[in-house]
Amino acid sequence: MASPATVEKLQAKALTLREHIVTDLIGVGKAGHLGGSCSGAELVAALYFHKMKHDPNNPAWEGRDRFLLSKGHAALVQYAALAEAGYFPKEELGKCKTLGAMLQGHPDMTKTPGIEANTGSLGQGLSIGSGIALGLRLDGIASKVYVMVGDGELAEGQIWEAAMAAASYKLDNLVAIIDNNQIQATGPIAERMDIGPVAAKFAAFGWETIEIDGHDIPAILAALDQADQIKGKPIAIIAATVKGKCISFAEHNAAFHNGAMTAEQMEIAKSDLQKLRR
Amino acid sequence: MTTKSLRQAYGETLVELGRENKNIVVLEADLGKSTMSILFQKEFPDRYFEMSIAEANMASTAAGLALTGKIPFINSFAVFSTGRCFDQLRQTISIAGLNVKICGSSAGLSDYGDGSTHQSVEDMAIMRAIPKMTVLVPVDAHQTRQAVRAMAKRPGPCYIRINRNELPFVTAEQGDFEIGKLYPVRDGGDILVFANGVMVSKALEAADSLAKEGIAVKVVNVPTVKPLDKQAVLAMAAGFKAIVTAEEHSVIGGLGGAIAEAMSEAPVPLSMVGIEDRFGTSATGYDELLACYGLTADAIAARVRKMLGRR
Repeated sequence: MASPATVEKLQAKALTLREHIVTDLIGVGKAGHLGGSCSGAELVAALYFHKMKHDPNNPAWEGRDRFLLSKGHAALVQYAALAEAGYFPKEELGKCKTLGAMLQGHPDMTKTPGIEANTGSLGQGLSIGSGIALGLRLDGIASKVYVMVGDGELAEGQIWEAAMAAASYKLDNLVAIIDNNQIQATGPIAERMDIGPVAAKFAAFGWETIEIDGHDIPAILAALDQADQIKGKPIAIIAATVKGKCISFAEHNAAFHNGAMTAEQMEIAKSDLQKLRR
Repeated sequence: MTTKSLRQAYGETLVELGRENKNIVVLEADLGKSTMSILFQKEFPDRYFEMSIAEANMASTAAGLALTGKIPFINSFAVFSTGRCFDQLRQTISIAGLNVKICGSSAGLSDYGDGSTHQSVEDMAIMRAIPKMTVLVPVDAHQTRQAVRAMAKRPGPCYIRINRNELPFVTAEQGDFEIGKLYPVRDGGDILVFANGVMVSKALEAADSLAKEGIAVKVVNVPTVKPLDKQAVLAMAAGFKAIVTAEEHSVIGGLGGAIAEAMSEAPVPLSMVGIEDRFGTSATGYDELLACYGLTADAIAARVRKMLGRR
């Protein structure tokens, strides 16, 4: 059980990540992946500021846990976390997606300290994570590989190729976190390609599955600890989330998958986040 | 003329590398008995990953292994290892310059029985278009061994095109293979032929018969299609009446395309012998199929005569 102080710290961090996303990384009048970045904020905060072993001063530390963002378009939430953790100065956040910037539209390991792989062509992160998990196992390194997967990208066949392979190779050092926000770029997932019962699908492929509320910090921490105890199979944490979480006009709203905020909306977003501060 | 299978040499070299470097790992898509990656499995089962019939996952898994310092070789037929996982090779592996080695086995028309679905006419073009990608086409079993050893040493993504069949030796066992180098295999002053793969021995055959007509043909083996040494190509081409290229690949985007790009600022006429924008087809023998697509010594000789204005 995490202490109340830890829970409070991580809740505050998740709000800080959202503030960076809204004000520094997107701003007014510019397209940005607000919805899918905000849906994963608690999950990312729990990993970077509590669960994962990592060293911002030595991003290549061999013993680190790895985090991959298969849904690479949500890079903003990872950029915010990396800056908060000290991988690079927070000033970089304001330059995101500008020419020559360290922070690209999708994660680029060649430009950004702390990014583990180039992702963004959807459906590939789970395979990349499997390869890292295999490599760590060959080297006898006890690190974990966490891969955040979007529910929209579960439509990609390669996800299920990886699901089959990871179970076949008994990769218990691999944890998939499904950011199950139910909305993809153009609208509700169920109305486009119904992915059906996500947990049952992963279970059928031989994974241990854990279903949680993806915004509930104690539940997230408990699930991550539970994943450590599973032996002989990969773990899928299916996190029920809200697209655009905490930003009133963006919640459950596909328009803010990659929408631009007006100046008024920016003020509302800031005020929404401020109200959630204790 | 002695011959040896290039894929046999490929598999043997993987084993050799495996003994020398524990970071060499091999991934296969259920074609190990054809690609001969199975030889590696026998000696290093812990470093051999059967990924089954899921090439895209194989490629991205290799990316992950490379991220932990391994040197993964991924294996399938050339049509699949370039076509079926193009996006994976491009997005994660090549953009980041990851150290993944791609084997395109049974390349060109060399899998003569299996027909168009399994014959690759465009793999060189596909791989050559990807930034950071190295593209190798060894001419024989000796050069295959040297090229596989060289690609293991060279950091970054690298594609090797492997013929399925026994091919005659063109190079020496202890050749001096270097990535990027052009290898003249016959001297002559009238026409310059750039060839690779199976077409090098066809070009040599053509040069022999043309010599009897008083036409001197220089033949250059081009085992590295990318990076192509443009200055070396230009220097070699100087003084020739014309250039002919010969490849077991579409004339769009392969060796001929690469030479034409290199020569685009130099006024030497150039003509390409290759597959004329067609898919493959089944046949009962390799030579029969090559002949059907005009990939013969006679076709090269005829093209040389044409470029010299003779009939």
